[in-house]
Amino acid sequence: MTYLRHVLDHLRKDLRLEWRSRDSINGMLFFALLVVVVFGLAFDPTGYPTTTRQIAGGILWVALLFASITALNLSWARELRNQVLEAQRMAPSPASALFVGKTLANMLFVLIVEAVLAPIFIVFFNLHVLGNAWLLALILPLGTWALVVNGTFFAALGLRARNRELLLPLLLLPISLPALLAMVQGTTGVLTADLDAIQINTWIGQLAGYDIIFTTICILLFETVLNAE
Amino acid sequence: MEQRTPSLRSVAWLWFGIALAVLIVGFRQAIFLTPTDAAQGDVGRIIYYHVPSAMMGLVFPYVNFVAALAYLYWRRRDPLRALAADALALAAAEVTVVFVSIGLLTGMLWGRAVWGIWWTWDARLTTYLLLWLLYVSYLLLRRFSSTGESHTLSAVLSVFAAVDVPIVYMSIRWWRTQHPAPVFGGDANSGMDKSMLPAFFWNLAGWAIWGIFILIFRFALERRRQIAEQEAALQAIEASLEIPQ
Repeated sequence: MTYLRHVLDHLRKDLRLEWRSRDSINGMLFFALLVVVVFGLAFDPTGYPTTTRQIAGGILWVALLFASITALNLSWARELRNQVLEAQRMAPSPASALFVGKTLANMLFVLIVEAVLAPIFIVFFNLHVLGNAWLLALILPLGTWALVVNGTFFAALGLRARNRELLLPLLLLPISLPALLAMVQGTTGVLTADLDAIQINTWIGQLAGYDIIFTTICILLFETVLNAE
Repeated sequence: MEQRTPSLRSVAWLWFGIALAVLIVGFRQAIFLTPTDAAQGDVGRIIYYHVPSAMMGLVFPYVNFVAALAYLYWRRRDPLRALAADALALAAAEVTVVFVSIGLLTGMLWGRAVWGIWWTWDARLTTYLLLWLLYVSYLLLRRFSSTGESHTLSAVLSVFAAVDVPIVYMSIRWWRTQHPAPVFGGDANSGMDKSMLPAFFWNLAGWAIWGIFILIFRFALERRRQIAEQEAALQAIEASLEIPQ
């Protein structure tokens, strides 16, 4: 119970910080929007609806992935000011509570971005979902969690590194590749209705398994990373 | 630590000599003694270099993983021993990258000659490419992170990589079985002819001995660097203590 309270405290602190600046969400939103626009210019989405459906899943996840990378570094860089992170390390609360709180906060930010981006995406790409669109309500949060939990972890890992902005994608992308594969395949399967329900369910199951495995490892190893020196 | 005793040195030279000798025998077997492959012609001889390198590229990640776990275990309990484990992890990661690179490059050459394409997103190829990406990112992390913490952070990344590779393999295999597999001219590995076996095993042994030699050589080099660093730090501390008097 006390662990849960610590997590909620960290979550509340992160939400309040974001509410006062709104840097992360605004940055992510505009960045993702730009990615969507660039891809919209690169080929003609309205002219080729079938092709659009086939690649829209990939584009959506690429936009979200790069957008969240920009925000994840920021979420830890905030802790560096005034030696807040040193204070966190000395605090008697478990280190993983800090990690879980921050991951939940980041998750919430990316979900907000997705909620705003999804209608824009559908309008710009003239997208008609052929499959069961409600499955996206399962795939999107699971995929987002996979990105955010590893992303928050590796952003903390690279926090004191030289050029940490560059390091995060270099570490995050190879590790997230199986999750990316599952979410892109699942999303595309729903959009095109090419995959049958069992296949989509298997992708969702894989995504959930990936989430569970990597959340566990992140929580177990976070204290090591926080006190790495 | 590693004393450069003459006996150790002669063992190293002996090992090096054995590696060279076995590789020469393997070369003779592979190029001159084994009959030409019926389906592929002389191009098929690349199997004696591609498969051993690829296998070594799958063995050394385990060394890296075990060394990383040992580092994490000894980190607080026995820091000096932990440093040795870290040196081994670094050496294993570098040897992994070298072998996987050779495996990928020879595979591409072979694929171009036999399949007509340099690359295909087949399950095994994709997994192998990801293995390469993971260990390159491991080496990049070691280079980018600040000196005091790079050991711990890279050990953590090594654990992640070890967990990731089986997941990737399963997910990609599942993904690819959904599509018709590209038509390969018969799986070369499925049944190796008896006449090919000596060349194959000589080369496998040769590259294994060579890989272990490089691993230990790199390990010794890293240990020397660490010891030199420790001595320099000690001298700096001693020098700083003398100033106030």
